Amino acid sequence: MRAVFNKTLLEIAKKDPRIHMVLADIGFGEIEPFRDTFPDRYYNVGVAEQNMTGVACGIAMEGNIAITYSIANFPTLRCLEQIRNDVCYHNANVKIVIIGGGVSYGALGMSHHSTEDIAIMRALPNIVVEVPCDNYEAIAATHAMIEHDGPFYYRCGYKGEKDIHSGPIDFKIGKANTVREGNDVTLMFCGPIGAEVVKAADALAAEGIKCRIVSMHTIKPIDKEAIIDAAKNTGGIVTIEEHNIIGGLGAAVAEVIADEGLTPKCFKRLAFPDVNVAKIGGQAWIRDQYGLQAGGIADSVRAALKK
Amino acid sequence: MEKCKQIATQIRVDSVKMTNAAHSGHVGSMLSMAEIIAVLYEKILRVDPKNPDMPERDRFILSKGHAAAGVYSALAQKGFIPEEWLSRYYCDDGKLMGHISHKVPGVEFSTGSLGHGLPVAVGMAIAARYAKSDRRVFCLTSDGDMNEGSTWEAIMFAAQEHLDNLVLILDYNKIQALGFSKDIEDLTPLAERMQNFGWAVREVNGHSVEELYDALSAVPFEKGKPSFVIAHTVKCKGIDYLENTVESHYRFVPDEKLDEVISKLKGE
Repeated sequence: MRAVFNKTLLEIAKKDPRIHMVLADIGFGEIEPFRDTFPDRYYNVGVAEQNMTGVACGIAMEGNIAITYSIANFPTLRCLEQIRNDVCYHNANVKIVIIGGGVSYGALGMSHHSTEDIAIMRALPNIVVEVPCDNYEAIAATHAMIEHDGPFYYRCGYKGEKDIHSGPIDFKIGKANTVREGNDVTLMFCGPIGAEVVKAADALAAEGIKCRIVSMHTIKPIDKEAIIDAAKNTGGIVTIEEHNIIGGLGAAVAEVIADEGLTPKCFKRLAFPDVNVAKIGGQAWIRDQYGLQAGGIADSVRAALKK
Repeated sequence: MEKCKQIATQIRVDSVKMTNAAHSGHVGSMLSMAEIIAVLYEKILRVDPKNPDMPERDRFILSKGHAAAGVYSALAQKGFIPEEWLSRYYCDDGKLMGHISHKVPGVEFSTGSLGHGLPVAVGMAIAARYAKSDRRVFCLTSDGDMNEGSTWEAIMFAAQEHLDNLVLILDYNKIQALGFSKDIEDLTPLAERMQNFGWAVREVNGHSVEELYDALSAVPFEKGKPSFVIAHTVKCKGIDYLENTVESHYRFVPDEKLDEVISKLKGE
């Protein structure tokens, strides 16, 4: 997905001279085409994420679009106050792009897992929080991000993600995309974990359980209509995300359910428990340890429907 | 230069009155930078109170945002904001908060947490260069602000980028929140440090409007290098019993001393 993001951004930047990239010495093998095509719009501030974000804010406040880009938590938590005070308070046109949401970096370990980012980013005023699930959404979300005037958080995948949509999609910030129709239960997910959700739904379909599958690619602003419809017109809601159980997609959906006074027939959040993920292994293996691969997801859906 | 001195005096008087009325702190920080702010707004910055968003204006960022009242005074004196606003500093539904705010006409950027000003100033200087504009970016820092790692990240990057349209001024009163900076994070030998970091450096008496003007009107000091002005100052300059004290970061002038202090500041 990161390759698709960088390719799409490069194409957009050829037509939009406002776009600058401000890096903190991360991006080997991906950012070189931008660097070489736009040397006067490319800055590597060194391993200094606070400065990266401040410099990007200053560039953006002068009528430009500045993209900060790094892996996992580096461009968010390390420089959170710069995002809050500088970018969001000034409504600066800064786009914060992370590569490797969730546990994409697997065995690199806890320091390289981004598992609280959605909760933290969506608590900041003025920012859009976007989690594309496959290459089609990644391309569409990149265009939408540049067209949007203001702070934007883009949680990119890593590499080798499977496509979930079957082709280019209609995409709008804050408007969920339905992957598959069904009324027995709604599976709401964000990010590349959606491929496992689809597999789980296939297994459930073989048992006669028809799942609605919804990609909630925008966590903020959340698509209330999609949640209300799922709560009223399907057999319940299960949320699936590669994130801590606190504050992410599931919490955002639960907030809407509570605020709207909805009573879905069942409701379950699937996510990492409130722990530092310290198990050593690849992304798929770690997910599986916490019931977030297809088999675990299907089991949780069955259990939720039985209650 | 007489006008600069008058503006500096009024900055001190306004700061004392505003912090007294608000029962708020940081008067020492405001008084130590009074001449720096006066010279910037009267003689150096290419800004227009009638058109505060003029695209080609010079940018000024107060990175020591807690000294906001001193800048608000200058903005009122120069006509960016109505003088009446000053009397409602800190007040419910007022226009002026305790830390500098971009919601105020003439203020470029909000700060308050230290270490935020210079990185943004660097970004603005880069943007000016990209736009092929000759506008400059000035940033005012402090002892405490120079403790922050992000400030040093920006110091290194500004030199790397040869940003000679960037000027960093240090209000060097040598005191920070809990004591004398030499006992906490000693910045010395500062001129040598900054030269070694790739900046062109000048040292001035930060209470001499003439020395400040001579330095600030000579930027860039060296082509291809950002400029650093070390302005040696005295914290809370002008209030004898609070001068050069940590307490001046926290205390306001109480009602019973107000008239006497203001008379002295005015040289009466």
